[in-house]
Amino acid sequence: MDFTLKWMVWTVPTAIFCGSIIIIVLAMAVWQTVSPSLERKGFLPIPTTPGDRFFMGVLTSAYIFFAWVGLTQFPLWILLLIVVCWVLVVMIWG
Amino acid sequence: MKGKKKFVGLIIYFILLVIPIYWMLNMSLRSNADILASFSLYPENLTFMNYRAIFTDPSWYMGYVNAILYVVLNTVISLGVALPAAYAFSRYQFVGDKQMFFWLLTNRMAPAAVFALPFFQLYSTFGLLDTHIAVALAHCLFNVPLAVWILEGFMSGVPREIDETAFIDGYSFPKFFITIFIPLIRAGVGVTAFFCFMFSWVELLLARTLTVTDAKPISAIMTRTISATGLDYGLLAAAGILTIVPGAAVIWFVRNHMAKGFALGRV
Amino acid sequence: MWVSVLGVRVSGDHFNLTRYGGLIMEKWPNNRAWLLVLPVFVIVAFSAIIPLMTVINYSVQDIFGPGQSVFVGTEWFGQMLGNERLHDALWRQFLFSGLVLLIEMPLGILIALAMPKKGWGVPASLVTIALPLLIPWNTIGTIWIIFTRPDIGLFGYGMNKLLGIPFDHTATSLDAWITVMLMEVWHWTPLVALLAYAGLRAIPEAYYQAARIDGASAWSTFLYIQLPKMRGVLTIAFLLRFMDSFLIYAEPFVLTGGGPGNATTFLSIYLVKIALLQFDLGPGGAFSLIYFVIVLLFSFIFYQALQRVGKGGTV
Repeated sequence: MDFTLKWMVWTVPTAIFCGSIIIIVLAMAVWQTVSPSLERKGFLPIPTTPGDRFFMGVLTSAYIFFAWVGLTQFPLWILLLIVVCWVLVVMIWG
Repeated sequence: MKGKKKFVGLIIYFILLVIPIYWMLNMSLRSNADILASFSLYPENLTFMNYRAIFTDPSWYMGYVNAILYVVLNTVISLGVALPAAYAFSRYQFVGDKQMFFWLLTNRMAPAAVFALPFFQLYSTFGLLDTHIAVALAHCLFNVPLAVWILEGFMSGVPREIDETAFIDGYSFPKFFITIFIPLIRAGVGVTAFFCFMFSWVELLLARTLTVTDAKPISAIMTRTISATGLDYGLLAAAGILTIVPGAAVIWFVRNHMAKGFALGRV
Repeated sequence: MWVSVLGVRVSGDHFNLTRYGGLIMEKWPNNRAWLLVLPVFVIVAFSAIIPLMTVINYSVQDIFGPGQSVFVGTEWFGQMLGNERLHDALWRQFLFSGLVLLIEMPLGILIALAMPKKGWGVPASLVTIALPLLIPWNTIGTIWIIFTRPDIGLFGYGMNKLLGIPFDHTATSLDAWITVMLMEVWHWTPLVALLAYAGLRAIPEAYYQAARIDGASAWSTFLYIQLPKMRGVLTIAFLLRFMDSFLIYAEPFVLTGGGPGNATTFLSIYLVKIALLQFDLGPGGAFSLIYFVIVLLFSFIFYQALQRVGKGGTV
């Protein structure tokens, strides 16, 4: 038996990616435990909590990523900026 | 007159439903040479040699034992973890409850093919490859969310005054849950067990990926034999018929609960 | 909807309200409930999150063997998103799921309407109808191989020899599609029928009496009483049929192997071909993530729709 994580073939970028998602989810859980926020209606078609908005922001970001990689040749750091801005927009006004 | 038309239509549908199964039964009762030599609507030279071949060869019949072992194991695990969780979802409000519920459901909707790839690695890392527990755990991926979903529906149908009264009477949570609450929803537990059994029993891709020989289920052995023996239709049909038997037996036992479970719309 | 629990009849509306509606506040707020959910979380996370992270890792590397891999960035994603065969499989998949819903939903409702409401016929028809659902998926494929082969199958033999219509699902794309659709309809219409039947049984007799007094025709009874009352279960049937037909693998794989050519290569079949048979872990990982994100979006939209139906209180 080999209990190392070698078989998961981690790389630095994916570790940062997965790590930041896990940290954000944990941070949001702590935030909502300390001060729960109610559902509200923003520009999204349904009433949402911050958790819903975060999920929707990340899911739509995945599609932005696919469109970026599939249709364009632009560098990825611009995409990263766009996606971070988009998630923030959804979180604040969604 | 109208009722009669309905009845005739239904009978025709039932006949269409049963014919493909009948055809396999027909094939399973003929020898392969006989099948290829002549076309016949019923077995003219009735033979049980295909069934005998299966019941005398451990590499065949152990497939049934393996499948039943991991299906039962999976049903027990799924129910064991889903019962308290479904109670929490039906009774309490907590941080992330809605997100958690949706996340569970996404696993029910995720393509097994997505997970088949790393499952092999994961379970070999833990030394679980080719064991019944590995398949049982893997099937938890879609059966646990389903069990939580169905059970939550049944539990929410039980008035909450019952819980409140029991707690006022000084029952501890485990005692209340096991001696009062679970008996109240035993129909729901039965229906859930039925669906866990069903989905674990019919799944092939994960079961095939995670087993080599020791825990290989019958359905995977069947596909392997198609290529190995150059299509022995009689044997294949007999094995197929035998995979239908446990499911049919389970339906027969739960037929009265089934309508109730479906009526809850939780499946 | 009325459900008999506890021997007393509890209104299903009660559970809808606690579950979906504005009465969510009625639940006891208590974060210790997490302790009850923890076992489920651990067991599902083990089988869901670890593999998902592994797939993410695979998707950005070219893996030759144990310990030999090169970071390639988003190359596989670009390759997969521009992959013609993947596009074809995706459209094929949507066409298939669309046809499945178009055929199975009306047929299922029709069967449910025809089923007996009392007497010995009820358990008999329930058992018969549920039978295909309990057959392992590759046995389903096997049944249909044996049933449709031109030389030994009743259907194939009948078409070719008795009706004189050439039919061979291993040779012609159209025949392969017809066979796969027949198998799919045969296999899963019972689920729609059972759900619709359960919805019909949940309509109180008083509604029918009122309709009879008004002299309503069978058609208007269906349109204004039965159909609205079945909306909840039919939504669930619709979602389940969409999901499961979108993920279909074992039955067409056994029956046609994705062929002839690629005529019946659906998404799962193509993914398994790349990931498990060719063992291209990188492209397979990228494909898996694209597939997963598509399913996730549809699941989310449908889940929201489902909640709205619950709020409507018609279940």
